[in-house]
Amino acid sequence: MIKQWLGSPLARRVGTTTALAVLLMVMTGPSGSTSQPTAGFVQSFSERSSFFGLFVTQRWLVWAALALIVSALIRVAKWLKSDYAEMVAIPGRLARSAQAPFQTKKPVRFGTYGVLMIVAILLPVFVTDGFWQQSLVEQVAIFVLLALGLNVVVGFAGLLDLGFVAFYAIGAYATAWVTGALPAAAPFGVHLDPFWAIPIAIAIAMASGVLLGIPTLRLRGDYLAIVTLGFGEIVTIFLNNEYGITGGSTGSHQVPHFTFHVGPIKYAWGLGPVPYYYLTLGFVVLFLIIFSRLEHSRVGRSWTAIREDEVAAESIGINPLKYKVMAFAIGAASAGFAGVMTAAQTNFLSPQTFLLSFSINILVLVIFGGMGSIIGVVCGALLVQVVSTWMDHYTPFGFQSQDLYMYLGAILVAMMIFRPAGLIPARRRKREIAMSEAGEGHMDEMLTGDTP
Amino acid sequence: MLKVDDAVVRYGAITALHGVSFEVNEGEIVTLLGANGAGKSTTLRMLSGLHAPTEGRITFNGEDITRVKAHSFSKLGISHVPEGRRIFPQMTVEENLEMGAFGRRGSYSDDIDRMYGIFPILKERRKQLGGNLSGGEQQMLAIGRALMARPTLLLLDEPSMGLAPMIVDTIFRIIGEIRDSGTTVLVVEQNAAQALRLADRGYVMENGVIAFSDEAENLLHDPRVRAVYLGESID
Repeated sequence: MIKQWLGSPLARRVGTTTALAVLLMVMTGPSGSTSQPTAGFVQSFSERSSFFGLFVTQRWLVWAALALIVSALIRVAKWLKSDYAEMVAIPGRLARSAQAPFQTKKPVRFGTYGVLMIVAILLPVFVTDGFWQQSLVEQVAIFVLLALGLNVVVGFAGLLDLGFVAFYAIGAYATAWVTGALPAAAPFGVHLDPFWAIPIAIAIAMASGVLLGIPTLRLRGDYLAIVTLGFGEIVTIFLNNEYGITGGSTGSHQVPHFTFHVGPIKYAWGLGPVPYYYLTLGFVVLFLIIFSRLEHSRVGRSWTAIREDEVAAESIGINPLKYKVMAFAIGAASAGFAGVMTAAQTNFLSPQTFLLSFSINILVLVIFGGMGSIIGVVCGALLVQVVSTWMDHYTPFGFQSQDLYMYLGAILVAMMIFRPAGLIPARRRKREIAMSEAGEGHMDEMLTGDTP
Repeated sequence: MLKVDDAVVRYGAITALHGVSFEVNEGEIVTLLGANGAGKSTTLRMLSGLHAPTEGRITFNGEDITRVKAHSFSKLGISHVPEGRRIFPQMTVEENLEMGAFGRRGSYSDDIDRMYGIFPILKERRKQLGGNLSGGEQQMLAIGRALMARPTLLLLDEPSMGLAPMIVDTIFRIIGEIRDSGTTVLVVEQNAAQALRLADRGYVMENGVIAFSDEAENLLHDPRVRAVYLGESID
C-alpha cells in the first residue's frame, strides 16, 4: 500500500516540490560563517518570517505552503488540460492545429492593441509612486526593449547570443562619447545633445553587430554562444581598463539629459522619470511595429528557414551569413537605444552594469516569454521585471536581492519542464517543441540552429 | 552543360577527390555511382558550392562557377536536393514549396500547382508539417522544393536513401518525367541497378577518382560495377 503510494505520480510530485522548497529555504536563509559553518543551515529552519503578510511564523512553513500551492496549481492545470498539453499528447492534432487560424480578426486585434496602448499611456497617471515611475523606465521599459532585440537574434534567427549586453554597453558609451562625457574627445569636438545621439548610438551598435557578426556567424550553435560570450566579456573588460578612453571603472557621471530644441519647439527632459517613460514607450512601440513587420517579411522567412535547416536554406538560395548578420544588427539596434536611454536618464555609466549576468537576465526574459513570440517576450519581460523589482524593493518573505538569479534560474527550470515554449509561445516554436516531444525532429537543432 | 575538370577536394590533410573529371550534357540523366566513401557526396557538395575544390575547374554553360557560393547556385539554375532530404520540418508542405522559390523574383503560385500536379500526394498533405510526412513524401517535397526555383540542372543526392522499394520506383519514375519536361538531372546513388535503368550515362567512382564511365545500359551489365560495390579490385 505505502509502496504503491510512494511510486505514484502524486507522491513523486509532492516529493519533488518539497525537496525544491527545502533547497530554496536553505539557500535563501542566513549565510554561515567560517567559525560556525553550519549556522546558516541550522538557522534556515528556525528563522522566522512573515507568512504572506498575514502572521509571522517559521520560514520553512512559508516555503512548504508555497510548494503545496504550486503543486496544487500544477494539478489544477493538468486537470483543466490546456490545449497546449493536448497538443503535446496527441501529435496527430498537430496537423489540424496547423490549419487552425492563428490570428484573431483584424478589428479585434487592433482594438486590443489600442486598449493596451491607452493603458500604457495612462500608466504614469495611475502609478504616482516615485519609485515605481522610476522603475517603469529603468527596470521595465528598458528591459522590454532589450528583450525585444534579443528575441530577434535568439527567437527569429535561432542564434544563441550570450553577449547581448555588449550592444547595450556600446549604445550607452556611444551616447557618452558623442555628448562629450567621456575622457575620449567627442567626435569633431562637437558635444551633441543625447537626443541627437539616439540615431548615432543606434548606428554604432548596429555597426558593431555587423562587425561581430561577419567573422563569427559562420560558427553554429554552441560555438557561436561561446564567441558571443567572449565578445561581451571583451567589451566589459575594455570599458573597465581603458581609463583614457572610457573612464575606466569609475565610468562617467556627466551624460546630460535629453533636450530637444528645433526652431520654436523646445523641451528638456529633466530629473523626473515620466518624460523618459514616454520617450521609451514611443520607441518600444516603434520597435514592436518594425519587428513584427520583419517577422512576416521575406527576411523573417529566411530566418525561419535558417533556424530550421541551414543547409537546406542555403540550397534554396538564402545566404545564411547575410541574414544572420542582419539579425545581429537589428537586435543590436534596440539594445543600442536602450543604452542611450539608460545613459541619458541616469547620467551615469559604469562597466559594472554591463556584466554577463545582465545578458543572462535578458535571455531569461526571452525564454520565459517565449522565444520568437513578440507578445510573449513583452509579457514575459513585464512580468519578470515587475515582480523582481517588487521583490527587490519590498523584500517580501525574507527575499534577499543577491538571490534574484537563483529565482530566475528556478523559473527557467520550471518553464523548461512545464512550458518549454514559453509563456505565450510563438506559433512555430510551439509546433517545434510539440513535435520534438512527439519524437519528430530534434528540438536542440531548432534551438541552436545547429544540424548534425 | 556542366563540366568538371580535374577537381581536387581536400578536407584538411585528407584528399577526398583526386582529380575528378566528368560532364553532364543538356537533357541527360547522368548518374554518379560508387561505394561508401568513394567520393560521391563530396563531389555533390563541391557541385553545390558547399566545399570549393582546391584545384580544377567547374563550368556551367561555359561560365566558370568554381568559386560560386552555395546560396548563389539556385540563381544560376542549379538546384540541389540535399542528402537526407532536409526539408523544413516545422513549415507546412506549402510553405516548404514557397521557400523553394525564394531565390527568384516573381509569382510562384503556378509553380506550386505544377508541383501538386507532379506529386498529387503533396496536395493532399499541403497543410501538414514537413516533419510529419513519411520518408517518401519528404523526398518528393524536397524534389518539389528544388524544382520551384525552375532549375535547368537538378542535382539529386541519394534520393532512394531509406525508402521502401515501391516508393523508390515512384520517385525514379518522376525523375524521368522531370527530365522529359526539360530539366537535366545529375543523380548520385548507391542503388546502382535502379539508377542505371533510369540514366543515360553513368560514372563510377572509386577512392576519390572516376574509375570508369559508360552508357548506362552497358554499365548495367558490366561486372566491374558489381566489383566496385563488393569492394573487389578492378583489373
